Amino acid sequence: MVDVAKGVIELVSGKVRNRQGPLQMSDALETLGLESLDVLELTFAIEEKFNIEIPFNANTEFDFKTVGELVHAVEGLVAKKTASA
Amino acid sequence: VNRVVITGLGTVSPVGLSTPSYWAALTAGQSGFGPPTMAAADRINTKVVAEVKGFVPADHFDSRQISLLDRVSQFAVVAAREAIAQSGLSFRDGLGERTAAIVGSGIGGQSTQDESFKRIYGENAARVNPLIIPRTMPNAPASQISMFFGIKGPTYAVSTACASATHSIGQAFHLVRAGAVTCAVAGGAEAQLTTGTVKAWEAMRILAPDTCRPFSRERKGMVLGEGAAILVLETLDHAAARGADILGEIVGFGMSADAGDLTAPDPDGMLRAMVAAVADASLPPAAVDHVNAHGTGTTANDAAETAALHKTFGAHATRLAISSTKSMVGHALGAAGALEAVAAVMALHAGIVPPTVNYLGPDPACDLDYVVNEARRRPLNAALSNSFAFGGLNAVLAFRRFGA
Repeated sequence: MVDVAKGVIELVSGKVRNRQGPLQMSDALETLGLESLDVLELTFAIEEKFNIEIPFNANTEFDFKTVGELVHAVEGLVAKKTASA
Repeated sequence: VNRVVITGLGTVSPVGLSTPSYWAALTAGQSGFGPPTMAAADRINTKVVAEVKGFVPADHFDSRQISLLDRVSQFAVVAAREAIAQSGLSFRDGLGERTAAIVGSGIGGQSTQDESFKRIYGENAARVNPLIIPRTMPNAPASQISMFFGIKGPTYAVSTACASATHSIGQAFHLVRAGAVTCAVAGGAEAQLTTGTVKAWEAMRILAPDTCRPFSRERKGMVLGEGAAILVLETLDHAAARGADILGEIVGFGMSADAGDLTAPDPDGMLRAMVAAVADASLPPAAVDHVNAHGTGTTANDAAETAALHKTFGAHATRLAISSTKSMVGHALGAAGALEAVAAVMALHAGIVPPTVNYLGPDPACDLDYVVNEARRRPLNAALSNSFAFGGLNAVLAFRRFGA
């Protein structure tokens, strides 16, 4: 699970536009300057890296408010995939 | 300058394979949505698309013609045939040289390209069909219409994603108004519903999982569609001299670009295109009573379009009867603007505003009159038809009821 957190943070960091220094789990995603296409690309990159499907429709609010919430959601999806494999 | 009138309408749509059947379905509030049935549809998650159903190529073309025509060109030629027949025009005796054919497509011959790439990359085919290139090229619908009907004047495609058809009709309007041609055949065609393309749209995460509910609360995105629509335009003098039935008039065209985000809508760009169309038409804004909205059903578009309508029309915005016919036919991208132009012309002609269906209730960001769920009889004089494309490209046509 540590690997998932590290991988997600690495991918999010690559999209951050307006923040210096390392990301914190408590950082709110909407304060990181991600534009709509950044969110799409980030979601795709996470899905590709962990081979999971993130249920996200751009017409509804992004379900994850902070970096930590996103990490936990991805951890959950990875665990679910491992369990069913 | 010439007045530019419409004397023919042709339609191939998910709710009808002719203009009368399309219009009857729109005014009845019927939607053409259903599960996808294309090849390899089991690979996509999308549950609802708006396919053109019951279209049998052999009903319209012989086998030699079919081998030259991707589905997108088949739609275009069938729609053009209906529109030209209604107009009563023949282009064979010199008029063809004074006639334009401007037909947009966002994507072109997608099923031909899909099939060829599947064979090359997926099946290691050694060779492919020799007609892939001329079937796939985005100008194929325009070229096929030119060849089928003997149109020899300015002929080209416009490809501006979801605004392709509106830009095409606007360009044709300019040519006829300026006297560069006497007649024009203009519109758009799209046949993008392949598994490869739907997967790409899914990746953008803007497709609705349930249905298309423009301007409604709980709207969750767009439904992909396909089809074609063609309008025959000519100078008023030419139409009157031959005693043609005049269905409506194009009075203005406005264009703008956002120069901002690649995909996010911008109310300012929409505003500038609508203002330009109304000004080009020399219409007082209060004379406009109907808008066929871009109305995709995405959260972002419908809120931005509502904001732009408020800014364009001020207090008059609340008196507009606004329809999103995409709630019934889905989003046919490069054909959408032409399908919607046909709907706007028919609305003015018939005095009936088609509804925005699947509406659940108001969203605070969408607070205008969207003619929800049921068509409305209302005498109409002037209408706008809006198209706002990815890439930030906006195009708006202004129509007037002939005789208004």
